Amino acid sequence: MTQILRGALVAAALAAFAPMGAAHAEIKDLKIIAPAAPGGGWDQTARSIQQALQSDKLVSNVQVVNVPGAGGTIGLAQFVNANKGDPNTLIVGGYVMVGAIITNKSPVNLSQVTPIARLTGEYEAIAVPANSPIKSLADLVAALKADPQKVSWAGGSAGGTDHITAGLFAKAVGVDPTKVNYIAFSGGGESLASLLGGKVTAGIASLSEYDSQAKAGKLRVLGVSSAQRLPEAPDVPTFKEAGIDVEIQNWRMIAAAPGITPEQKKEISETIEKMVKSKAWTELLAQKGWANTYLSGSAFDAQLAKDISATQTILKDIGLAQ
Amino acid sequence: MDTFAALSQGLTIALQPINLLFAFVGVMLGTAVGVLPGIGPALTVALLLPITFKLDPAGSLIMFAGIYYGGMYGGSTASILLNTPGESSSIVTALEGNKMARAGRGGPALATAAIGSFVAGTIATIGLALVAPTVVDIAISFGPEDYFALMVLAFTTVSAAFGSSVTRGLTSLFLGLALGLIGIDLQSGQARLSFGIPDLLDGVEVTTLAVALFAIGETLSVAAAGARADEIIEPVKGSVFMTREDWKRSWKPWIRGTFLGFPIGAMPAGGAEIPTFLSYALEKRLCRKPDEFGNGAIEGVAGPEAANNAAAAGVLVPLLTLGLPTSATAAIMLAGFQQYGLNPGPLLFVTNPDLVWGLIASLFIANGMLLILNLPLVGLWVRLLAIPRPWLYGGILVFATLGTLGANPSLVELGMLLIFGLLGYVLRRYDYPIAPVVVGLILGPLSEQQLRRALAISVGDPLALFQSPIALTLYALSALALFGPLLFFLLTGRKAPVGADED
Repeated sequence: MTQILRGALVAAALAAFAPMGAAHAEIKDLKIIAPAAPGGGWDQTARSIQQALQSDKLVSNVQVVNVPGAGGTIGLAQFVNANKGDPNTLIVGGYVMVGAIITNKSPVNLSQVTPIARLTGEYEAIAVPANSPIKSLADLVAALKADPQKVSWAGGSAGGTDHITAGLFAKAVGVDPTKVNYIAFSGGGESLASLLGGKVTAGIASLSEYDSQAKAGKLRVLGVSSAQRLPEAPDVPTFKEAGIDVEIQNWRMIAAAPGITPEQKKEISETIEKMVKSKAWTELLAQKGWANTYLSGSAFDAQLAKDISATQTILKDIGLAQ
Repeated sequence: MDTFAALSQGLTIALQPINLLFAFVGVMLGTAVGVLPGIGPALTVALLLPITFKLDPAGSLIMFAGIYYGGMYGGSTASILLNTPGESSSIVTALEGNKMARAGRGGPALATAAIGSFVAGTIATIGLALVAPTVVDIAISFGPEDYFALMVLAFTTVSAAFGSSVTRGLTSLFLGLALGLIGIDLQSGQARLSFGIPDLLDGVEVTTLAVALFAIGETLSVAAAGARADEIIEPVKGSVFMTREDWKRSWKPWIRGTFLGFPIGAMPAGGAEIPTFLSYALEKRLCRKPDEFGNGAIEGVAGPEAANNAAAAGVLVPLLTLGLPTSATAAIMLAGFQQYGLNPGPLLFVTNPDLVWGLIASLFIANGMLLILNLPLVGLWVRLLAIPRPWLYGGILVFATLGTLGANPSLVELGMLLIFGLLGYVLRRYDYPIAPVVVGLILGPLSEQQLRRALAISVGDPLALFQSPIALTLYALSALALFGPLLFFLLTGRKAPVGADED
């Protein structure tokens, strides 16, 4: 009964949203694997791609499948094993996957997929409660140097982007990264709550997670991990401005299956490029507060290789990988 | 704006025919997905998000709220009738509810769950409207050390409540705790007990374990007993609806469940499971016929059901006031808000009062709608139990398997379902209680993480665990739960009366 209901609903929705596009679409059917549970960043990225591709009639039928687990490595493994040479299935992934592959000793890695493009990115921010004695990045650095153990950081799971950023930050100011007192929380809600309640010294997360609290005056954002100041927080200095040489982006990408032909790769890349330039995509990014950090082809491949080796180094420094 | 004026303004928005229709679609869908194990409200809302993009924000948020509340109702129906808890917060309901259903009291069990959910949902939604900002301040002040103390309270009360033999209860509990260790450790990022199987990195899914132990284990033991089984399932014995006595025994657990569920649900790390455990333990303590517990006591359905619905409303407190999503469904609803360019948070009540109050008003409407929908269905639902036993259990097996695969299409997951099903059979065969295994799996990882966070923040000083007044109060309550009956015995020389409260 439920199945029928759901089926009918989905069918009705598809009928409503992809009506006469079929004839113009270059690719007919596309399946996008979101290697995470519904609601998270990768799931939302996959669904945004679905929406943009369909509303611009670039692809007539796009389906999103969630394969959650272990920082995306379970979805990645399934994708690599089951979709070899399949040009109609893509996977969403991102920086978190790079770290998860290393710490989970995943049997598959990103060299086994065909990266298409980096699409979006979010920058990391460090925040403290509004009533904290720490007023600036310089204060935080001083506290960290005095006793790194006394500075507790709230962020996402161990080995994720938040943890890596904290490790890089400590290393850049000359503090032993293994001494960073990092407290991992499973959801953004819980870590934010511990920060608002003053249970930890500082919090580290995507800027968007702190934005509305900062505007309401409950948190003070000390700095962001971007190269330049961000339009949504023009008053917040970058780490670099404070003399801390850390630049990190929690990027999200789309990749195709291993073993596809160069022609197939070209067709997928062109479709994605068209989507990135579409109005629908621009609007979606604005709505979610994601920066367009589109990078494709060999430039992306080079960036990816650089990120993987840098991540390997910092995870070793923190003590999470051998 | 005055709260009541704002709320009546909200009601006029929610009562528009088109929004009523959205609420109706939402509660129908929610009930349906709640009945199926595995497919929960979170996935449903995620599937609907891209579809509702072009609809007006009020309408679709109202629909999401309907799905959210509907899922809670549907979960209890499956728990009571089929012993397959669809959501982790309806596991406790299965304990007494399914026993009642087999004794021909499925009607009253479903009714007390539905009315209890309505009562709790209504009171908790009033709470959401009136005291959300105060509640959230208290909820935020809970640190890891306080959560750990809350878990200790849950452990002590729960172990006192389940099973007749302490040794057997503890054995089951430790089995659950061991299962809870499987997977990546959140604090260190290292895998534990995963034996190189990638699917185990995320640990054991609570609903998989619960469905396997409850439904599959039971199916196996019924099949093993074969013709020797003397138990006869009677679809209806006595009244299909609640009798006067049922009402009398239900209303207090409803209220107590609500007052446990709402504040704990509002805590960022509280959740809906812990209040159901606490409510079950409390009702067993207070019940005048404690020997009925384990054999179908209506209080054991009324209390936990009220608690989980109140917790569902509680979860909306941090979501609406702070923009903190503290459950999977809340995280998706947050994505839904953002889709319309709305940022839940401290400013939402100021910037979009129409929408917030419309949503709160529609929660009342969804709640009423669910009651009206579900009560007449009770008679129909209990007919399910009239299905001949081989078919009924065959159906339960198919249903449990489909639900698990629907949530996570993986062979390893299916294997876990079957292995835990066998475990459930063995536990039953040797008379070990089932519920503590699930409790251990839920509470184990939560308490471990909170304890380690508390110790990390204090740089390893264990005294920090006892320095907050909240934690001390909770430890005192735990001590009372553990030693209270013993003290009473020592002081007066007779056993503590159970069900000491008088009408």
